[in-house]
Amino acid sequence: MKIIVSGEKKEVADNLTVAALIEQEKVETPQYVTVSVNEEFIESGSFADRFLHEGDEVEFLYFMGGGK
Amino acid sequence: MAFTNEQLERYSRHIILKEIGVKGQKKLTASKVLIIGAGGLGAPAALYLAAAGVGTIGIVDADVVDLSNLQRQVIHTTEDIGKKKVDSAAETMRQINPDVTVNTYHQFVTGDNILDLIEGYDFILDGTDNFPAKFLINDACVMAGKPFSHAGIIRFKGQLTTVIPGESPCYRCIFKDPPPNDAVPTCRQAGVIGAMGGVIGSLQAMEAIKYITGAGELLAGYLLTFDALSMQFRKIKLPPRGSGCAVCSDHPTITKLIDYEQAACELKK
Ligand SMILES: [Zn+2]
Repeated sequence: MKIIVSGEKKEVADNLTVAALIEQEKVETPQYVTVSVNEEFIESGSFADRFLHEGDEVEFLYFMGGGK
Repeated sequence: MAFTNEQLERYSRHIILKEIGVKGQKKLTASKVLIIGAGGLGAPAALYLAAAGVGTIGIVDADVVDLSNLQRQVIHTTEDIGKKKVDSAAETMRQINPDVTVNTYHQFVTGDNILDLIEGYDFILDGTDNFPAKFLINDACVMAGKPFSHAGIIRFKGQLTTVIPGESPCYRCIFKDPPPNDAVPTCRQAGVIGAMGGVIGSLQAMEAIKYITGAGELLAGYLLTFDALSMQFRKIKLPPRGSGCAVCSDHPTITKLIDYEQAACELKK
């Protein structure tokens, strides 16, 4: 199926979970990433049970602590 | 109050903009912006806000200027090494624009002082370099109903959002709690390209100016991310202000400010 990850179209396996996508995308500091699917935040506790569907738009939001 | 001829000339490139005009410039002159952190983000923001004629600029920072700051903190010069950052920043701002009143606060923000610090200001700019301060600023601004610009930079990346409390999602809507110490790298550990502070800090100043003058649309409800290596900006739409947020929902569970513990490596100079 096709989904959109960080604004880019991607062909991924059917029945992919958010957790599997995080691993597949080699997300940096995966324990602390915030994920939204179709402009809805996904609880980090449910990454493993949240299945993605055709056309889903996934965003990864990262901590950025610097500034000085 | 009418502008002098000198002020009309100084601000002529603003005044000619239909989104600003004399009216907008007067709003800037009457406005008060607080910058927390006179560093990579705060330095360029302070320069542009002073140049823009923001009437009162407050600047909060407990540090002194260090040689390693000068790669990015463009408001300080080599001669300023060892000076309080707030004094060095104030001096530069006054040199740029004597119209500006600069208030300096040589201190860290804490749960005890932050509400007093932000009270008299219209817009707050988060230019801090650590998660405890970023969460503290978010929570205090949400509780006090103060609009603010949040930003972070690391390596070749930066991001920012504007929070209008009660309307747009806050920092805690995105990130529930600070990460454990050292779980996420800081600039000191990971480095940051100096010009990133210029890009993102200038965008924070832009948001402050837009908020004050009412020009255009704010970055509220969006996270703007910038990756300098691929030269990509992305404006990511955030979910609406959540019912689940611990601080900005209609039934918050966080009602007192929290002083999170600072990573030890951050406290050392
Ligand atoms: Zn919130």
